[in-house]
Amino acid sequence: MRVALFATCLIDALFPDAGKATVQVLERLGLHPEFPLEQTCCGQMHTNSGYFEPTLVERYVHTFEPYDAIVAPSASCVGAIRHQHAMIARAANDETLANRAQQTANKTFELSQFLVDVLHTDDVGAYFPHRVTYHPTCHSLRMLKVGDSPTRLLKNVRGIELIDLPRSDECCGFGGTFSIKNPDVSAAMLADKMEAVIETNAEVLCAGDRSCLMHIGGGLERIRAGIRTLHLAEILASTDGQ
Amino acid sequence: MNRSGDLIWTDDPPFSQNAKQAVHNSQLRRNVRNATATIRQRRAGLVAETPDWQELRHAGAAIKDDVLHHLDTYLTEFEQNATANGAHVHWAHDATQATAIVADLIKETGNTEVIKVKSMATQEIGLVEALKHQGITAHETDLAELIIQLSHDKPSHIVVPALHRNRAEIRRIFLDHMPDAPQDLTDDPHALAEAARLHLRRLFLKTKTAISGANFAIAETGGLLVAESEGNGRMCLTLPDTLISVVGIEKLIPTFKDLEVFLQLLPRSATGERMNPYNSIWTGVTENDGPQSVHIVLLDNGRTNALKDGTGRQALRCIRCAACLNVCPVYERTGGHAYGATYPGPIGAILTPLMVGVEHAPQLPFASSLCGACYEVCPVEIDIPTVLVKLRHDAVKAKPHKTEDATFAAAARAMSGRRRWTAALKAAKAMRLIRHSAPPPLSRWTRTRDLPAPPTEPFREWWKKRDR
Repeated sequence: MRVALFATCLIDALFPDAGKATVQVLERLGLHPEFPLEQTCCGQMHTNSGYFEPTLVERYVHTFEPYDAIVAPSASCVGAIRHQHAMIARAANDETLANRAQQTANKTFELSQFLVDVLHTDDVGAYFPHRVTYHPTCHSLRMLKVGDSPTRLLKNVRGIELIDLPRSDECCGFGGTFSIKNPDVSAAMLADKMEAVIETNAEVLCAGDRSCLMHIGGGLERIRAGIRTLHLAEILASTDGQ
Repeated sequence: MNRSGDLIWTDDPPFSQNAKQAVHNSQLRRNVRNATATIRQRRAGLVAETPDWQELRHAGAAIKDDVLHHLDTYLTEFEQNATANGAHVHWAHDATQATAIVADLIKETGNTEVIKVKSMATQEIGLVEALKHQGITAHETDLAELIIQLSHDKPSHIVVPALHRNRAEIRRIFLDHMPDAPQDLTDDPHALAEAARLHLRRLFLKTKTAISGANFAIAETGGLLVAESEGNGRMCLTLPDTLISVVGIEKLIPTFKDLEVFLQLLPRSATGERMNPYNSIWTGVTENDGPQSVHIVLLDNGRTNALKDGTGRQALRCIRCAACLNVCPVYERTGGHAYGATYPGPIGAILTPLMVGVEHAPQLPFASSLCGACYEVCPVEIDIPTVLVKLRHDAVKAKPHKTEDATFAAAARAMSGRRRWTAALKAAKAMRLIRHSAPPPLSRWTRTRDLPAPPTEPFREWWKKRDR
């Protein structure tokens, strides 16, 4: 199986550790993921702000259509690829691109979905002796419907103490440019999410989207909560030696 | 008044400004939080005990889609059957026409006072205000609408209009604005309801004309249905001589049997009940029983605009249950008034711009974090997030936004090729300087959140070294 990593623009630019961790997990499972350097961004930020960019869809499709499977450590980017790429192509009256986009989208997987649904594994041999709470991001929960795949993977991590996050299905208030366009509502939502995280007495907040973690983590850092954020891949990549 | 009535409150500041005020209003925050949590919980319990809930949602969506697809046929069928049963059917293109029709019908009766059933259609056309200008007083008889009317307020929720008020505030409103309220009134819910009941009973007994909306209009029979909790609606629908109902053209359902689906979906979604306490159905005039003069005003007021929008038309499936408001994290923190429109919350954020044109409500599609909770609960499967995104696209195209357009164009350009993107990634380092306090517009982020510390190198640089 020829597997490509779509790192996402955010991880490429700001959170390389989540990308490195994804590579480590996939390689530990015997895969040899490739990272096509032509990749940039799925266009989600543009789309959700009202700017439809068929050129970004075209770039994604062109870069990734030769592969058997594409893995991305982000539920919201995969959500955008699966649910928006064909729509953007159609809005630009490009039916050919829409069809290609849908085919490429169908073989694009969020990391936990790829591990559990495609590779049929929920134990990646990780060791992480810390108290962790998991935030199921809106797009994993309601757009991609990844179900319990992330928590199954986390539960099989050696040494982990996994604590349920209260009111976990509530949005953290990020919403891309929503956090800039409606900063006050976003901050009010963030405050409640942080309160729930703090309530768990966890040391680490984990999620499958670095974007939401950037938001919650940025808030936790501002109030000096002393709780760090890690992408799901980073916990799954941890082993006893690290 | 503009021709679309009260669909948008044109004097209101935009959503983001309203919301900024609202999030600091501690009383409002607590009232909305408590009320939405209560209804949300009740709904969740009932949905969990309904094994075919998803099938019901599919059926509800399919029936409404059929109606929207064949709206012309069903409307004519409804008109014919209602007329055959003795009702008079009127057609109103917009709010101005609808309010004029209703005012003329009331004037024909010689009455200057009317009683009203709670209705979003009459709210959206600003009927009570319009009648006031014609010397006609319309009394709201729904408890919550009465509270709103007495306090010269506006509804903040589709099903629970006074959701933003708690009982201490309601007691104060009654004492200040309801002349027949007992002076020793307490804030006990029963005492408040009793005071309203006595006040309203006098109106029910003396008023000869009533105005209603309808939850459903049955094409097959020409009948209308009003679902309600308090029984005030039943009084208005049965006691007066004249009944005038303002009904949006999307309220149609093909057959009586279709109620089987909607009378399961609506009460569970709206008030968290298995059944509405009162379901009143009337079909034209029944001789010597109930109103002998029955009028139905079929209202467009922007609905055909919404119908033209291939993605947006699904919003016309809406049965006004407000389940999307009750689960919306944005609505929960701002309340309904912040939206500056008759229809607030997620459904309002799509329905309003679809009806009035997105150029007249450009901020509403952005009043959402796209969390998708609304879509998940919608009893007729309206994909609100997708419609929001589509309307954002329309809003961006409708009007240039110099800085924002340029920023997104620059970003798209930076992402348009490997060399440009690699160069842009180098700029990420500068974030270190601004991560605790950024210049506008990023200051809106750093006011409450830090930006991440940029990495020593982007992912692709690590990969390239490793690949060698």
